[in-house]
This record gives sequence, C-alpha cells and structure tokens, in this order.
Amino acid sequence: MLLSRVADGLYWIARYLERAEHTARLIGVGLDLGLGRAGTHAAADRLHASLGLSDTMVALFDLDHRNSVAACVTAARENGRQVRDEISSDMWEQLNALFLGVRQFAVNTDRDARPGTLCRSVISGIHLFQGITDATMGHAEGWQYLRAGRFIERAGATAGLLDRFVSDGETQPDGRLDSVDWVALLRACSALEAYCRHYTADVRPERVTEFLLLSGDFPRSVRFAAAQLESALREMARASGRGAGGRAERLVGRLHASLDYGQVDEILSDDPHGYLAGIGRQCALIHTSVYQSYVTYSIESAIPA
Amino acid sequence: MTVPPSAPPSATELFARYTLDRAYDEIFDAAGNARPHCRALVEALRGASLAELRRHQTEADRAFLTQGITFTVYGDDAGTERIFPYDLLPRIITAAEWATIERGLTQRLTAINLFLRDIYHEGRILAEGIVPRELVFSCRHYRREMRGVHVNRGIYVSIAGTDLVRLEDGRFAVLEDNLRVPSGVSYMLANREVMKRVFPGLFARYSVRPVSTYGQDLLATLRTLAPPTRIDPTIVVLTPGVGNSAYFEHAFLAREMGVALVEGRDLLTHDNIVYMRTTSGLRRIDVIYRRVDDDFLDPLAFRADSRLGVPGLLNAYRAGNVSLANAIGTGVADDKAIYAYIPAIIRFYLSEEPVLPNVHTYLLQQPSQRQYVLDHLDELVVKAVGESGGYGMLIGPHSTSVERAAFRAKILAEPRNFIAQPTLTFSRAACFTGDGFEPRHIDLRPYLLYGDRMRFVPGGLTRVALRRGSLVVNSSQGGGSKDTWVLQD
Repeated sequence: MLLSRVADGLYWIARYLERAEHTARLIGVGLDLGLGRAGTHAAADRLHASLGLSDTMVALFDLDHRNSVAACVTAARENGRQVRDEISSDMWEQLNALFLGVRQFAVNTDRDARPGTLCRSVISGIHLFQGITDATMGHAEGWQYLRAGRFIERAGATAGLLDRFVSDGETQPDGRLDSVDWVALLRACSALEAYCRHYTADVRPERVTEFLLLSGDFPRSVRFAAAQLESALREMARASGRGAGGRAERLVGRLHASLDYGQVDEILSDDPHGYLAGIGRQCALIHTSVYQSYVTYSIESAIPA
Repeated sequence: MTVPPSAPPSATELFARYTLDRAYDEIFDAAGNARPHCRALVEALRGASLAELRRHQTEADRAFLTQGITFTVYGDDAGTERIFPYDLLPRIITAAEWATIERGLTQRLTAINLFLRDIYHEGRILAEGIVPRELVFSCRHYRREMRGVHVNRGIYVSIAGTDLVRLEDGRFAVLEDNLRVPSGVSYMLANREVMKRVFPGLFARYSVRPVSTYGQDLLATLRTLAPPTRIDPTIVVLTPGVGNSAYFEHAFLAREMGVALVEGRDLLTHDNIVYMRTTSGLRRIDVIYRRVDDDFLDPLAFRADSRLGVPGLLNAYRAGNVSLANAIGTGVADDKAIYAYIPAIIRFYLSEEPVLPNVHTYLLQQPSQRQYVLDHLDELVVKAVGESGGYGMLIGPHSTSVERAAFRAKILAEPRNFIAQPTLTFSRAACFTGDGFEPRHIDLRPYLLYGDRMRFVPGGLTRVALRRGSLVVNSSQGGGSKDTWVLQD
C-alpha cells in the first residue's frame, strides 16, 4: 500500500534530480569547451538553448528558472522532506547534503573559477544518491516511482537535446555542424567513451544519433530509458493490483517498441524533428496517464461499489 | 549546603553543589542518606569520573541526533532541528509508588470518560449542580457538535498523558490532565534505548520494567475502538505534516505500529465514509489516531481556513463510520477550571475518594477567591485555562511587578480564563550539569491507553527544569527529560 501523495513525492525527487544532473552536465561541457559565456560557439549555444537558459550562472543558481540546478535540487529536497519517512535516512542525508552544497555555492561571492567544480560535484552527488537509493531502499512499489521519474525525465531530455543538433543541422545548411559539435553532444550525455568503444573515434552524425537514440545498453540512450520506464510501469501496475495493459503501459510499450525496431536511416531521412519531438510528447502523455491511474484519479472512478 | 555524608573524597567534588531543601529529593532522604532504592545508583555515581560522565553525555546526545530524534525549530527554512535535552541519570520509581499511580490514574481516566459522556448526553452532573453548567458551556474546547453523538464504547479519551508532581511530603499529585493530543511518548521510548546503550552496567544492576511494548499497546487500543462492524480495521496516524514540531513523533508512532502516516490531503470522505488515496485506489479508513487539534480537523465543521483536516470528517464520525482517538471535544475535561472539579467528578460517578490528590486551585470567577488571588499574586502561579506547553503562565515568586500588573488586568477582564494555584515545590532529582550533579525540579507524565481496558507503560516521561531553580519543565521552555525506571516488585 502506497499513498498517492508519497508516490508523487518519490517520482518528483527522481525527476528533479535527473533534470539537475542533465543541466549540470550540459553546463560542464559548455565550460569545458573553453566558453564560459554563451554566444561564442555554436555547440555551447545549442547546449544552452536546449535548456531554455542563456547564461551559465542563471542555469546554475537562478531559483526562478525551473530548470536551473539550484531550483531542481531544492525542489527534489522539498519533495524528499515531504516523504522523509518513506526514504532511508541515508538517502535523506545525501539529498540534504546535495542541497546544502548547492546553496553554499550560490552564496559564495567569488565564483568565477568554480562553476565547473559545482557541476562535477552535483553530478557525483546525484550518482551517490542513486547508489544509496538502490542499496538502502527496498525495491518495492515506492522504488519503482523513483525509477519511473528518473527514466521518463531522461528519455525526454536526451531526445530534446538530440533534436537541437539533428534538426538544426538539417534545416540550416549554412550552419552545418562540425565534429566538435557532435563530440560536445556526446560528452553532454557522458557518451563519448562508450561511443568510441562501439564505433571507434570516427564521429559521424548518423552514428551519434543512432547511439543516443537507439542503443540498447547505453544507460543514457532514449531506448534504454524507455525500457526502464516500461519495466517500472509494469511493476507499478502489478503492485497496485491493477491488471496489465492500462493506458500508461500501452503508451510506454508503443514508445519502447518504436525505438526497439526503429532504423536510424529511416528516421533521419523521414522527419527527424517530428520523431524526436514526438518522443517528448509521448513522455508527457505517459506522465499524465500515470497520474490519472495512481495519483489524481477522480473520486467517482474509484469509489468502491 | 548539605553534602551527603559518607561521601568519599572523589565523589564530594561531583556532589559539591548538591543541596537539599524543602522540596522532596528523589534520591536522598532528609538526613542526606541515599534512599534504599537509589543506593546502587549513588554508589555507581560515586565511582564515576567527570571525564567518563562527559563522554557518556556526548555519546547520548549524538545518539539522539543521528537517530533524528529531534523537534523542529519553527521559523527556520534551513530545516534546523534540535534534540530534546537528555539528562544522563535515571529517575527511579518503586513498585509500590507505581501501583498507587496506576490505581489513581485508572480511577481518574475512568471518571473523566464518564464525565465527557454525561455532559455530551443527559448532563446529570450538571443537573445536580456538581459542576456548574456555565463552566462547561463556556469552555473554549466544548464542542456542541458532539451533543448526543454516540462514541464507540463510550470512550472519549483513549490516549492520555497526565502530569504528576511529587509534593514535599512525597505524595504524588495531579498537576494537569492532557486529554487532547498529548505528546512526548517517543522521547520516553528513545530515552530508554539511549540509557541502555550508555549505561548498560547500571541498568543491569536494577530490575527495570520494560517500556518497549507501547507501539503494540497503542495499536491494540486503537483496534478496539474501530466501528464494531469493521472486522479488520484500517488504522492511520493523521499528522499536520512535516512543519509540525512533533512530526518526528507522528512518524515514529506510525512506524512502531506499522500503519500509514497520512496528512489531511491524503484523506477524503464520500457518503460519510473516510478514504485514503493510494496508488491502488481508495482505501477505507476505520480508525484515525489524529494528532491534529479539534479546530483543524474538518474545515466544514470547525475552522474553515484549515487545510490540515478532512472536509466531511465530522459527519462521517457522527455517522459512526470512523473512529477518532481521541474523540472530538475532550478538551473540556482538561480545561484548568474543570480540573478543580475532578475530585468531585470522581466521587460523583464512582463513589470513591480520589487516590491521587489535586493541587489546590482557586477559581477566579468566584469573587472571594479572585480577591484572595489578586492580593497574593506574588505567591501564586496563575495559568490560562485552555493553554498547555507552559504558555500563558505567571509564576508569582519569579515575576516582576509589570508582569503581575499585566496578569491582574487580564484576570479582571476575563476571570473564566484563569485559575491560580499555590507555587509548588515539586520534587527534585540529581542531574548531570556537565561539571557535577545538582538537583533539578522534575515532574512525571505517564501515558495511559484506554480501549477494551486500561493499559499503562510503566514509567512515562520525566521532564526536568534544566535551569537551576526553575519550575518550568516544558520542552518549549528550556526543559529536558530523563529516563524513568519503574522497578519490579
């Protein structure tokens, strides 16, 4: 038995942390390109634009921007506080430490040289939280909500970022992307090493797209995320006593199947932007139907006969 | 200054500031000899070194912090939490003393429940003029919504924490009844755990009755309160939420019982049935151990601005579809003016003499008593009738003339709102101050559970006024606590 409020809290802890990690990784790569400020390189521009945030400091610290690292970590902790009793003490302490670390950084006045440090510490702090979660919390219904939150966010974020690179390259022949751009994209997904192991260091747009979209074993690919999400949703349906084949499960099953059997050349030659934007839309539909099934269902539909 | 005699030199230092006065001392008799049941304790303390004691104290404080046994400090968004100060030394109660306390509290709570049933139904005690009608109806915690409502088993107060003090002659007396949402039981349980960890040797020298069954007893009590038609009742703990200072305790009790901890927004009512919203759909609730005050329980019936409660809960309750522990409207019986009538209430319903005496109480709407109190404000303690937690109090001997003038004006404006009592010298026990042992005033809050029968956890929460000479033991006012030992026969 899991309270809907608790399920909601767990789901959003994971979503917000995934979002914070995504933002932190993008900023970190942008900084590493030697471009502390936006607007001086197409790759950094694209990374920033995919966040809807123009400035490094805003992306890190501005609490008014929902995607900033500080806003996401704060929101994750607030959700954690609401369900503190449902997560392990170790998880709570790590979540709190992460929050305090970001907050301390934000009030620090001389931050010129340090955003890169913060990005790295946020990413490793979130990895630590995930490790603690898997090691100290029962892998029961609540844990599945954490898993669902993490992977639905990841599928949407990776698809959105890829869309920036693939669609821009298609629609703007004069602004063709060079290999620096594609390497930056791989690094923004922590995928460069894995890509090289798979395809060698020969970086080609269609291979990068294939890898980030369709790889079955790379954990940040959209397909991998969809598989995890599907599995989490199946477990959630089972734990709640609802039969298999609900709307959310059918939606995620369709998404997963399209990635399982998709061909990168078809996707790229057909309508890559439509395909990638469609993934974001499908994630939103899955989210809505999960909520309708488990959290915000109408009372009328749930009154026992 | 009286140093207990026969103290070896090493111990004299630790006890150097230990003085005896009029107050009953829990450890030493008037001649300065350890009381028989405290001899082993005193002996152990005399063998201890200051460094060792300080180490124990650090260890105990750390245990509370790492276990998260804290209360929230209001108004701090950093989530700062404080531990409830813990004194190293146990407070020891003999089997005979405890037997009297159990007998007295059983009698008292039985009578209080009969009283509540009576005033919300036929009102015999009012008709016979034992308790003045206007005193009951003018009480802020009287709920006319409860008139004629059938309460399962007739038990209004199933969870109580009654504050006892020990008077100069060594007798226990009742200082106040807490019949709404008494708190602190988690500290009682945590104190014992820490004590066993820090002082295993000392603990082993005594035969102390265990307290660890509280969670099971509470669950068993709540089960017996379920609506009779519900075979396997679903029980929940209702908390105001993480912002509440006792949130730790709410979560702790839910975990001890293995039931869900819910907030008002998790619950809803439909056709006078209460449900909680879970991922598996709506689940019917049968018993709510609510840690939310009456005022906030149901915005449709009580405070409309409350977001802590459940709209429609009162009607579901009146329909008998859900049980609340405690019932609504029990605060009328722990009103401090009604308190003065509890001995009469016991005599009226049970035809018995009270086992545990009350503290003498002046009722301020009676002109002669009021005049006496106003003339002796510097000697008396004045309390607001509906308050708890040590708020709204004037301690005469420790007050300034400005404070007394302020209280005089308040009393004259609303005499029904105040009572006065003599300033008590309640008992003292040895506490570790960090530099040695000094006596500090203490009280005792035993926790009672009343369902199919009266259940006690032997002991309770001993609260300590940590400031030298202070008489205020509330956690919100600089109080601490001790582990409380009830000895086997």
